[in-house]
Amino acid sequence: MKSEFTLKLDRCKGCGICAAFCPKQVLALDKLGKIYVADSEKCIACGQCELRCPDYAIFVDKVKEEKESVT
Amino acid sequence: MIERSYEKYFRQNRLPHLWCPGCGNGIVMKAIVQAIEKKGWSQDNTVIVSGIGCSSRASGYMDFDTLHTAHGRAIPFATGVKMANPNLNVVVITGDGDCTAIGGNHFIHGCRRNIDLTVVLFNNNIYGMTGGQASPMTPLGKKATTAPYGSIDRPFDACKLAEAAGATYVARSTAFHVQHLVKLIADGMDNKGFSFIEALVQCPTAYGRRNKIGDPAKMMAWMRDNAVMKTAWDKLSEDKKIGDKFPIGLFYKVEEETYNDSYEKVRDIAGGSLR
Ligand SMILES: Cc1ncc(C[n+]2csc(CCOP(=O)(O)OP(=O)(O)O)c2C)c(N)n1
Ligand code: SF4
Ligand code: SF4
Repeated sequence: MKSEFTLKLDRCKGCGICAAFCPKQVLALDKLGKIYVADSEKCIACGQCELRCPDYAIFVDKVKEEKESVT
Repeated sequence: MIERSYEKYFRQNRLPHLWCPGCGNGIVMKAIVQAIEKKGWSQDNTVIVSGIGCSSRASGYMDFDTLHTAHGRAIPFATGVKMANPNLNVVVITGDGDCTAIGGNHFIHGCRRNIDLTVVLFNNNIYGMTGGQASPMTPLGKKATTAPYGSIDRPFDACKLAEAAGATYVARSTAFHVQHLVKLIADGMDNKGFSFIEALVQCPTAYGRRNKIGDPAKMMAWMRDNAVMKTAWDKLSEDKKIGDKFPIGLFYKVEEETYNDSYEKVRDIAGGSLR
C-alpha cells in the first residue's frame, strides 16, 4: 500500500496536530512552520492526520501499487 | 486527489479561517458539515444560526443560509426561523459563554419548549474572542483573566442543564473523537425536538496558554486520555470518577411533542391553520 499526500499549504498554520497524532512519525514542520512529509515510506495511510487537521490542509489517499506488467 | 465532498459546504473564498493555529473550532465545524452531508440535507433547506464568539464565527465559513446574530441570542433567532418555516433544518452554533452566560435563559427556555433545533456548543471553557475571561463552564481552579488565582465559581455541566430543562436529545463528544462527534451530531439531527451536543474544543490561546496545558496536540491528548464512553462511565464506581475524567456519548433521548406541533394545535383551535 502506498499513500499520496495533498497539502494545501496556504491553509496550514503549523499547529503540529497532524504530526503529533501520526503513529509513524511521517510528518514534520519545516523552518517556516508549515507541514511537510518527512518520511512517506513509513506512512500506513491511516488518515489520522487528515481526520484532526483543524484547517483542512492535509489529505492522504491510499493508492494501489501498480502491478508489474508482464509482457 | 479527489476533492473531499464536504468542501462544497464551505465558502471557499473565506478560507483559511481566522481561528488560531491548533484551535479546535475548525474540527467541529467540519464535523457539523459532515453530519449534514450524512443526513443529505440540502444547502438551500438548511439554516446555520450562530451567536457571538470565536466559535460563532463558524457560520461565516459555511455555505448555507446563515445568520450571525447577537451575543447569546442564537437560539431565539433560530426559534424564529423554525416557527416561520418548520420545513427548514436549523442548526445553532454557540460557545460556552454565548450559550450558558449571556444566553443562558434562552438556552433553558429553548430546551423547555422542545423547539426542533440542533444546537452544537463549542466548549473551550473560556471566553476566547475577548481574550480569556472565565465562562460559566471554566473548571474550578482554572485560570482566566477574570480569575487570576483560579476560578472559584462551580461550572455548569451544560448537558445536565439541557436535560433538566427539557431537551430531548443530549450528547457530548470532543475534538479528538471526530467520528464519534459526527455521529452524535447526525443522530441529534434525526431527533425531532431540541437536540443538544456539547463538543469539547481546545483553545490553546486564551485557555491553554494561561493554564500551562501545553500545545494544541497536548490539549487533544488530554481529551483522549480523560474522556470515558458513557457505557464504561456508568460501570465505574464513584471513587474512579475522579480527577479530570469525564463522560462522553449519548446521555439522554426521549420523544416529546415539538414546539411547532404544539403551536399547530393552537392554530387549529384558533381557526387559522395553514395546513
Ligand atoms: C451584548 C454583548 N456583550 C458582550 C460582548 C463581548 N463578547 C464578545 S464574544 C464574548 C464571549 C465569547 O465567549 P464564548 O461564547 O465562550 O465563545 P468563544 O469566543 O470562546 O468561542 C463576549 C463577552 C458582546 N459582543 N455583546
Ligand atoms: S494539523 Fe493541519 S494546520 Fe496543523 S500542522 Fe498539520 S496540516 Fe498544518
Ligand atoms: S482565541 Fe481560542 S477559541 Fe479563539 S480562535 Fe484562538 S484558539 Fe480558537
